[in-house]
Amino acid sequence: MAENPITPRYPDLGLTAAAKAEMKITGQDLEAKSFFAQLQGFWVTFITMFKKVTTVNYPEVKEPTAERFHGRHQLNRYDDGLEKCIGCELCAWACPADAIMVEGADNTEEARFSPGERYGKVYQINYLRCVFCGLCIEACPTRALTMTNEYELADSTREKLIFEKDDLLGPMRAGMIPAPHPMYPGTTDTDYYKGAITGPHPSQEVK
Amino acid sequence: MSTEQLTEVEMITVVIDGFEVTVPKGTLVIRAAEKLGIQIPRFCDHPLLSPAGACRQCLVDIEINGRAFPKPQASCTIPVEPGMIVKTQLTSPVADKAQKGVMELLLINHPLDCPVCDKGGECPLQNQAMSNGRPTSRYEGVKRTYDKPVAISSQVLLDRERCVLCARCTRFSEEIAGDPFITLNERGALQQVGIYEDKPFESYFSGNTVQICPVGALTGTSYRFRARPFDLVSVDSACEHCASGCAMRTDIRRGKTLRRLAGDDASVNAEWNCDKGRWAFKYLITRERVATPMVRGSDGELHEASWPEALAAAAAGLKSKRAGVLVGGRTTREDAYGYSKFARVSLGTNDIDFRARPHSDEETSFLSSIALGLSTTYSDLDKADHVVLVEFEPEEESPIVFLRLYKQVRKRAIHISTTAPRISRGNHKLTAVRTSLSSVSGLTAKSVIILGERAAETGGTISAAVALAASTGAKLAWIPRRAGERGALESGAFPSLLPGGRPVSDASARVDVASAWGVSHLPQNPGRSTSEILQGLNTPDGLEAVVIGGVDPADISADALSQLLNTFVVSLEVSHSAITAIADVILPVAAVVEKQGTFVDWQGHARGFEKAIDDAQTRSDVRILSMLADELGAPINLPSVSATAREIQSLGTWDGARAAFEKTSAGSAPRTEGTTAMLHSWRLLLDLGTLQEGEANLAGTARTARAHISASRAAALGVKNDDRVRVSSERGSLTLPAVIVDISDDCVWVPRNSLNSQVIPALGFSSGVVTVVKA
Repeated sequence: MAENPITPRYPDLGLTAAAKAEMKITGQDLEAKSFFAQLQGFWVTFITMFKKVTTVNYPEVKEPTAERFHGRHQLNRYDDGLEKCIGCELCAWACPADAIMVEGADNTEEARFSPGERYGKVYQINYLRCVFCGLCIEACPTRALTMTNEYELADSTREKLIFEKDDLLGPMRAGMIPAPHPMYPGTTDTDYYKGAITGPHPSQEVK
Repeated sequence: MSTEQLTEVEMITVVIDGFEVTVPKGTLVIRAAEKLGIQIPRFCDHPLLSPAGACRQCLVDIEINGRAFPKPQASCTIPVEPGMIVKTQLTSPVADKAQKGVMELLLINHPLDCPVCDKGGECPLQNQAMSNGRPTSRYEGVKRTYDKPVAISSQVLLDRERCVLCARCTRFSEEIAGDPFITLNERGALQQVGIYEDKPFESYFSGNTVQICPVGALTGTSYRFRARPFDLVSVDSACEHCASGCAMRTDIRRGKTLRRLAGDDASVNAEWNCDKGRWAFKYLITRERVATPMVRGSDGELHEASWPEALAAAAAGLKSKRAGVLVGGRTTREDAYGYSKFARVSLGTNDIDFRARPHSDEETSFLSSIALGLSTTYSDLDKADHVVLVEFEPEEESPIVFLRLYKQVRKRAIHISTTAPRISRGNHKLTAVRTSLSSVSGLTAKSVIILGERAAETGGTISAAVALAASTGAKLAWIPRRAGERGALESGAFPSLLPGGRPVSDASARVDVASAWGVSHLPQNPGRSTSEILQGLNTPDGLEAVVIGGVDPADISADALSQLLNTFVVSLEVSHSAITAIADVILPVAAVVEKQGTFVDWQGHARGFEKAIDDAQTRSDVRILSMLADELGAPINLPSVSATAREIQSLGTWDGARAAFEKTSAGSAPRTEGTTAMLHSWRLLLDLGTLQEGEANLAGTARTARAHISASRAAALGVKNDDRVRVSSERGSLTLPAVIVDISDDCVWVPRNSLNSQVIPALGFSSGVVTVVKA
């Protein structure tokens, strides 16, 4: 075969030419120059021992994340404890990973979970699928869904990584009454959306 | 349509956006544009409703022979004319601006509640606001709001602020269903859809208004907030409720039916269906499903069993016993074929009947001679000049037949006669007149005589109708109530017929089928009908075992259940029922959504459907019967529904002679005098039927059971409207509020299977002489 039909994938660094010229590669360049020259290589390691460390001793030490870090989701409540989620499924619609599953249902006079007619009865996020892109947050029309900075989402089974509504609902802050309970007297769902409700009314307490 | 009619229609050529299109005279501009693939936005326009021009969204520029309209015109109300040049939003900036303006006006008061609106995602307003609206809103005022939602009926809710006043719902109710209970109230900015205060919206077709609403103003109570369109997997299906044969769409989410919509089949249901077909699908999750096979142990209790155990127990009970088969009228054609072959091959008997209702020998003769040869179709109803309803209530028993007839009554004022003792609301809309078969006149070859299944209840009725059809040349149609009856008849789930309409009595027909099935011979003794099977159960030469499909014993007779008590019963059932409670072996089978199959509508047309719930683990009746036949050692080799369909196809239909129809002369009508009366009854569309269980919203529009009596009887009894009367037989009685109507003086009418009025269990019969007294 006259010519090698296979062209080299990487640029020839002159080695082929050297080989063709039958140049002898001697051990001259590889020989140790001196003991101190060898130590030079460890200098970087040595200096680094006195620099400030950037890693932390996780999990013993935990650093706060960036303020807008995309962590685990949270379902928010209004200040009187009613849920903000209206079960519209726009988050599920927006999700590129099909990680969210929502089923809506009617609020009734006996059991009201959110202002207005509809609430999210089933709310699941599958953290095996979620890519934390935040499109669901953008889609949410009531700011019911936001993301926390919590990132510790490892577990031992697949089932445990499907978070239910109870796992996702935000904590009850002081003064909130757990849903279901009636709306603040004399208000409409629009008042809730506009942020007019800043706390519960005594009559909302379910006996 | 014949070629004659085709040439009669004048064709007109118009230019739309620079393209020529030729359409029949009278075509609307919007429809001509559709032919070119040009979509003009619209809300009020619906091809099956009369033009309204209510929403003004379809404005286009029109010029006729060089003279242009000064302003854009609604393309949904203007028919094409010669020399017309139309410019839509695609080529005319004026039309485009006009459409954008109309859209802006429509959106001014439309709430931004798309996230909680059931229509969101499949909403014409949403879609067309995107395609033909302004990208942003200029409106900063306060939107008009109403209390919401308003319940139009227990099934339909109205959000008035979402309404764009297109009048599709009101036009549907008036033009298609004939129930103008819904209308546009007020005028101007306050205009809104409403109902008459004293007349509830109790239409049997109200669900269609939800389907055609172009916004989310009308929503169905039972689907409200259940799912979003993108959650649903839609499957084309056929309706299992009646013999009308509607094309349907079933929407499934995670293995559960969430809603059903009317499919589109111009030759059958157009784009409509009835509320029962639309909303009655929860029966599957209401009753406890038969999850595993069950066998009655020596302790007399039912125990869960494995399939091999249960099949062995069923085979042991059936082996070397005289056994019959009750199929029920709701099986698919394939399943009915399975029962038919199972009875003949595995049990060696012709004792098989699909009729789970009152029936007669006259009907048996009619079904095995004339019925299968009937080829009357919906198009015959469309062309009919006179339709005679013989013991048949179209609106109650086959609603699509009603819609067809109502359309013709409106369009051509055709004559409708009925043999019913009173004019029901449906027949009133059809302007039907009461008649008897002996006195009906004016029938021609274009007329249609429709026999309902209740014709079997009065001796001589079928014979009289057959004679009338023969003497006048009128077409005859048999319209059973249940979806599976015609299919079961064609499949030979009948004592005197083998599959394909082959007479059992004909030796060559038997040889035909036997060779196709690979068996040496088929039983030749004439089979027993449902009532004969049941009555013969505990007699010396009667049957000792019965295989029962989906049958409710209370539909047949008051005694049916007790007759089955001391018999070996194998029940193939979907859910637990009166039959499974007494059965010795229960074999679970698939429900309609879980299997494929075919219903045969009253025209004899096959309405195939596919499995809607993909991962359903249950199996169709025919597969279970095939396993049971293997266990009995007389295999029927029908491992799947598709294999069964192929076998039915290859077997074909009988082209030889059919049995002759044996006429029955009408018996003398029982005499009634004083407080006695002839009981008449039929089932209402919405009643206590098993397949309507679990849907309270649907039941909310069912009509209240009342005893219908004539004015003279009411006077004799001293009864006013709403006074309670007692209708009693030797067996029992019903107490119902009375209503005074125009009904024959010797008759009383009560609904057959409604709340507080279950005639067969209470009185012991469905028609006969009863006593009516004031309660």
